[in-house]
Amino acid sequence: MGRKEENISKAQALMVQPKYIRNIGTAAHIDHGKTTLSDNLIAGAGMMSENLAGKQLMLDYDEQEQARGITINAANASMVHNYHGHEYLINLIDTPGHVDFGGDVTRAMRALDGCIILVCAVEGIMPQTETVIRQALKERVRPVLFVNKVDRLVNELKVTQEQMQQRFVQIITEVNKRIVAQLPDDLKKKWQVSVQDGSVAFGSAYNNWAISAPYMKKSSISFKDVYEYCKNGDQKTLAKRSPVHEVLLDMVITHVPDPLTAQKVRIPVIWKGDLESEVGKAMMNCDTKGQTTFMCTKIIMDPHAGEVAIGRLFSGKVVRGQELFVLGMPNPQRVQTVALSVGADRISVDEIDAGNIVAITGLKDAIAGATVCTDPNMEPFEKISHYTEPVVTVAIEAKHMKDLPKLVEVLRGIGKADPSIQVTINQETGENLLAGMGELHLEITQYRIVNDYKCEIKASPPIVVYRENVKQTGGPFEGKSPNKHNRFFIVAQPLEEAVVKAIKAGEIKTEGKIKDPKALMKQLMDLGMDRDEAKGVVSFKQDNVFIDMTKGIQNLNETMELCKQAFDEAMMVGPLAQERVAGMKIKLVDAKLHEDSIHRGPGQVIPATRSAIYGAMCLGERVLLEPLTKVFINVPQDMMGDVTRELQSRRSTIEEINSEGMNAVIVAKAPVAEMFGFASAIRGATQGRALWSTENAGFVRLPTEIQVKVVAEIRKRKGLNPEPYGANYYAE
Amino acid sequence: MSLRALTELRSCDVIYGEFYTSKLVNSSVEDLESLIGKKIVRLKRADVEEGEEMILAAKEKKVAFVTAGDTMAATTHVDIRLRAEEDQVPTRLVHGTSIFSAASSVLGLQPYKFGRTVTLPFPEPGYVPLSPYERILENKERGLHTLVLLDIREEEGRYMTSQQAVQWLLDAEARAGCGLIRDDTIICSAARVGGSDEKVAAGYPKQMLDMDMGAPLHTLVIPGKLHFMEAMALVMLAGAPKEISDEE
Repeated sequence: MGRKEENISKAQALMVQPKYIRNIGTAAHIDHGKTTLSDNLIAGAGMMSENLAGKQLMLDYDEQEQARGITINAANASMVHNYHGHEYLINLIDTPGHVDFGGDVTRAMRALDGCIILVCAVEGIMPQTETVIRQALKERVRPVLFVNKVDRLVNELKVTQEQMQQRFVQIITEVNKRIVAQLPDDLKKKWQVSVQDGSVAFGSAYNNWAISAPYMKKSSISFKDVYEYCKNGDQKTLAKRSPVHEVLLDMVITHVPDPLTAQKVRIPVIWKGDLESEVGKAMMNCDTKGQTTFMCTKIIMDPHAGEVAIGRLFSGKVVRGQELFVLGMPNPQRVQTVALSVGADRISVDEIDAGNIVAITGLKDAIAGATVCTDPNMEPFEKISHYTEPVVTVAIEAKHMKDLPKLVEVLRGIGKADPSIQVTINQETGENLLAGMGELHLEITQYRIVNDYKCEIKASPPIVVYRENVKQTGGPFEGKSPNKHNRFFIVAQPLEEAVVKAIKAGEIKTEGKIKDPKALMKQLMDLGMDRDEAKGVVSFKQDNVFIDMTKGIQNLNETMELCKQAFDEAMMVGPLAQERVAGMKIKLVDAKLHEDSIHRGPGQVIPATRSAIYGAMCLGERVLLEPLTKVFINVPQDMMGDVTRELQSRRSTIEEINSEGMNAVIVAKAPVAEMFGFASAIRGATQGRALWSTENAGFVRLPTEIQVKVVAEIRKRKGLNPEPYGANYYAE
Repeated sequence: MSLRALTELRSCDVIYGEFYTSKLVNSSVEDLESLIGKKIVRLKRADVEEGEEMILAAKEKKVAFVTAGDTMAATTHVDIRLRAEEDQVPTRLVHGTSIFSAASSVLGLQPYKFGRTVTLPFPEPGYVPLSPYERILENKERGLHTLVLLDIREEEGRYMTSQQAVQWLLDAEARAGCGLIRDDTIICSAARVGGSDEKVAAGYPKQMLDMDMGAPLHTLVIPGKLHFMEAMALVMLAGAPKEISDEE
């Protein structure tokens, strides 16, 4: 038996002993070395050939990920590590690094109990580092710190040993600042990282070594030795004396809680159901005899097995042939295979116990983010909130008509596998829309459709997604039904900023029926909404809210569902450019209805309410909002001028310029519309020496002087009259 | 159709008509066309409700607008008249026979004793109103009869049948539970009123659920307190169970 096979059989023995299980991930800013670290951990633990590690990038098994040198999807692998004479099973999820795919990170976090945060010793804390720390803590994932690329600090920045240690202290302080800011008092102290207790390690993932205080004692290596080894170019010896997987896996086993302990802390935070219920108790205790609860964090499309659902099993067992409910779907589905994952390999087993990361096939309805349970009535895990929303769209058509059905199939699959991609399929026109987090995100997705799914496509140039809103309160505006027997009076105004924020942060549940109107009312009032408005909230559509301000109008209750439908439609297709409406408050202030129910059906009420909403928005002066992106550029000082010149030609504002050693770090905000082609422009301007990344920065009002022009362009593209309709049109 | 209607139509330059709110019974639009010797321009709902064609034409010519039944009754076309008058187009109304009076006539019920009329709509996503049930209940509590019109979906070729309507009421009863429809509640049904094959029936919900009334259009009446003459009429003309006459 080879070492890999031996480890697999050990893993099978360990996965029924939660005390000896650790579920961890790695997270970092792009290019801080996550994937290299994951590979070397897996190789070190004997799950792949050692000399391939760092070169083959085991977890980046997607060819394209390798070509681009970045990780696109969070893959996962299980490994075995011996610590103080006992073997442990470590389930590792590799999380994606590119900012565009932040949705994946949040989802992956939910499966984990601990996370190795990597920080590049040269670059220090970067914006994405801060984001991943925030995401980890939000899911109550215990962070440990690995300061990576220490060799570069020594050899490229030529620091002294004192400066090296000062740099470490500085990074640790910065990381702790962010940890403390996010936690309740009882965890603040406990979860800070420190050199002394061994929750911080230093090293070079690429050169396969690391050190930590406990390991330094054991191996009697000092910082001075480390410095010397690096300086003298003998990292090989260092890697032998203090291998990265030994040090980091020791660190993980010591500081990351086992599932039994972790779930007691995490379940109350990440699950909103009743902790005293049967399911609640089962999850709190990680009980293998309780109900089966599985949170799907990712879907992989496997050419042979089809859709594979990967996620965390919080309680019960998953057994081959078992029937499970994907919550929200009516019928149970049968588990076809259950497996542990080792990179691209999945090792099938008959059953897996609570506390593990599991790969399941047969759950056709599962999407990333779904809750799966033996009890169809279980409260699902809260809606996984994303910090980002799609801002760029391309229209995709099959190159050959015969491929159309296949393309639709492929797009559906992509929508499931990557929820940060929004797929809109139009069966009639054959034109399908892909919306994603940025130009690159969509390029990669298109590449996959062509190369992985072998479906040739024609794609439109990328299009920016806009939002609609109003400048001020508009209305009441009267909307009439086609038969003129019903009238609805609507007021439209911008929704309180604090409420929009709370919705985006997932603090206000906007999907489904309002369960507890009293609690919602209180929450909204605390956020600054007027009492009568907060009391009358009927429903949400994304970050828009519909409020009924009327009192005692007969028969209005039975048409309210139709008003809501009209509201939903109007919020998805705004009156200015048929873009989505965002951050809007729509109030129904009065209504006059026909006596007979047949004369106030959907065909009458929906158009009347929609006209009233559109009309009120016209009166409030419609404005178009455009998406902004935050750009972080790290460039040698002498090229700063080239970068700022490039930025200034793109309607951007430079927010900060800091120097970090020899480099300048420029932070700017620019409209997404102006950022197309930035990748090649910046490469050209700096001979490829700029390191850069972006982050979505929300929507802001388009400058007034260009709104008319942009609106006309969007409308023309959609085959509409360039001039939007005015209020008069909606009064008819 | 009255003689006056016929004369008026023959004198018109253009005739518009809509047949989505009701339907001619026992005759066709073509029959009507050959009788008056003119074509009728058939309008769709959107043309009638939002279109201006008719009113514009009426500025120059003598224009008629015809519907089955009475234009101002169940079809509620008063809006057209208002819009025309607003545009300085004088209007005149020629009355027709309407289900509002025909239903009571054919069942032998007294028109004086009807309360508010209701229509039962086909259920749609987000629209399953309970108000028709509530109105019938209010009428019944005051001893009044209720004329229950049934949904017409001309565009989809769907007409609610008497049986579907009884089921609708039973479903509403299950939701509301106010005791309006009990096992011994009399439900009257009339089909193709005014046609040569008109049919009427009255009975308990269970019987009426099984009663096929044939081709559309159908109408129900839920009687309130019955006068002895009304009870006799229901027994003799509509086949209602004898005991209802005995009780009076």
